[in-house]
Amino acid sequence: MTTELAVQARGLGRVFGARKGRDVVALDDIDLDIAPGEFVSLIGPSGCGKSTLLRIVADLDAPTSGSLSVFGKSAQQARLDQDYGIAFQQAGLLPWRSVAANVGLPLEVHGAGKRERDARVAELLDMVGLTDFARSYPDQLSGGMQQRVAIARALAESPRLLLMDEPFGALDEITRERMQAELVRICGESGAAVLFVTHSIPEAVFLSDRVVVMTPRPGRIVDIVDSRPVGGHRRDDDFRDAAEFFHTVARVRELLHAGPASHAVPAARGVENR
Amino acid sequence: MSALRYAGRALLGALGILAVAGLWEGYKAVGPGDGVVVHGVVVLPRTTDLAMPHVWDMFGKFSEPVNLFAGHQTVGSAVLSGCWFTLRLAATGWVIGVVVGFVLAILMARFRLAESAMLPWIVLSQTVPLIAIAPLVRRWGSQIHIGGWVWSSENSVAVIAAYLAFFPVAVGALRGLRSPDATHLDLLHAYGVGWWRGLVKLRLPASVPYLLPALRLAAASAVIGTVVAEVSIGLRGGIGRMIIEYAQSAGGDPAKPWAPIFGAIGVGLVAAGAVGLIGLLLRPYRRGEAA
Repeated sequence: MTTELAVQARGLGRVFGARKGRDVVALDDIDLDIAPGEFVSLIGPSGCGKSTLLRIVADLDAPTSGSLSVFGKSAQQARLDQDYGIAFQQAGLLPWRSVAANVGLPLEVHGAGKRERDARVAELLDMVGLTDFARSYPDQLSGGMQQRVAIARALAESPRLLLMDEPFGALDEITRERMQAELVRICGESGAAVLFVTHSIPEAVFLSDRVVVMTPRPGRIVDIVDSRPVGGHRRDDDFRDAAEFFHTVARVRELLHAGPASHAVPAARGVENR
Repeated sequence: MSALRYAGRALLGALGILAVAGLWEGYKAVGPGDGVVVHGVVVLPRTTDLAMPHVWDMFGKFSEPVNLFAGHQTVGSAVLSGCWFTLRLAATGWVIGVVVGFVLAILMARFRLAESAMLPWIVLSQTVPLIAIAPLVRRWGSQIHIGGWVWSSENSVAVIAAYLAFFPVAVGALRGLRSPDATHLDLLHAYGVGWWRGLVKLRLPASVPYLLPALRLAAASAVIGTVVAEVSIGLRGGIGRMIIEYAQSAGGDPAKPWAPIFGAIGVGLVAAGAVGLIGLLLRPYRRGEAA
């Protein structure tokens, strides 16, 4: 395996120019490394710039300062080389395409042959457990199933990096926990590095190798918490009941609530503690 | 949908038509001959046979000869051939209008500058009275000779129909082309897909639900445009001119002018039905947006 970092950000900043010269600093001085195969979550209250950071890595937005490389290339080159797959809070499936055609969309636009495409789509649908729904349309699926299709689509071109912006944010708690377990398994199989944006502390701790805690105005990294299970735990439902899980959750929560010292108002608005 | 529900709908439609006929005859039976007059203002029409012929007289007209000299042709067949003539011109105008409207919408969706430059003119174009431009189009057209081909009055009528039909298409398609979610646009950007490929993969399919009502509106506009243009240019053979001709015999034969009017309604229904068929073909693109 290459030793090249999946993501390397140095002093990354993003300032949104507002009118009357009142600029909004969405991101300030972000340093972040993500190793190949590593699962990193970004957590913080609304407006802390976690989605902006993900969008910059995806080259859907551009930083105003600092440097960023994705697998040693510019973000734009990484995007054009299809080094990453992406999933959003909305599944974003095209309603006029069947499930199979949605999953095959990235392969199709990049000119993969029909036979190759069909084989890969079948493999992916099997991975997310939706083989029986290949011919269904998105409006016939539940929210959780749609999100699974979106994840399959993100994995279509076997990316080395998966970018996920609150993919389970719109799901109910039970579906969400099942999807988290699925994601742990899928990521284990694909070996991709993951950058995962979430509002939920337990979700971040359950899924991640490291949890990046952020604060708003300006968006900064407060601390990075190591959340790899130790003591023989695997990431399964037992882990959710383990003492170390609660310990890590408490540690992340503490960091979120501490916030930047200059703010009198609670900084953790918009973060779910469930 | 089951056959039973189709039958139910057809029955409801027939009942609707019967209700209108019933209302007509009912008022004719009980209403005063000079109409309902309130303070010297006529608020409901006269009920004489001259003003309101019986429904059966109006429909009976279809099987009667056009006039004493042309005994071989009935009003029905004359109206039918007029309808066909008008429908052909309206369809030509519709196709031209749809193509022009769509091209304009794509240009406006692609280039902000094109939208700023063209949209006000497109809106303004519809405020010009049709009877004002009809003679202009004919005069300009008559200067066109390409090889052996000469601009005819039919061409002028089709162009005027297109002039009305392009507007709803341009506006509706523009909205449709702008309709994809931010998520979908981000996704295609992430795939490194350029604007024109994105047009084919995303914007065109997404525009279908907005496009269909626009096409239906365009069909109605094309029919109205054709009828009015036939009248203002004075083109014979179509339903527009026939409405004027038959109206002249209203004094002696009050049911006759209604025949081409019903014909015009028929043309409109056929045009709307044709667009409905297009909607059926495009059904895969009309699935409700996934929540």
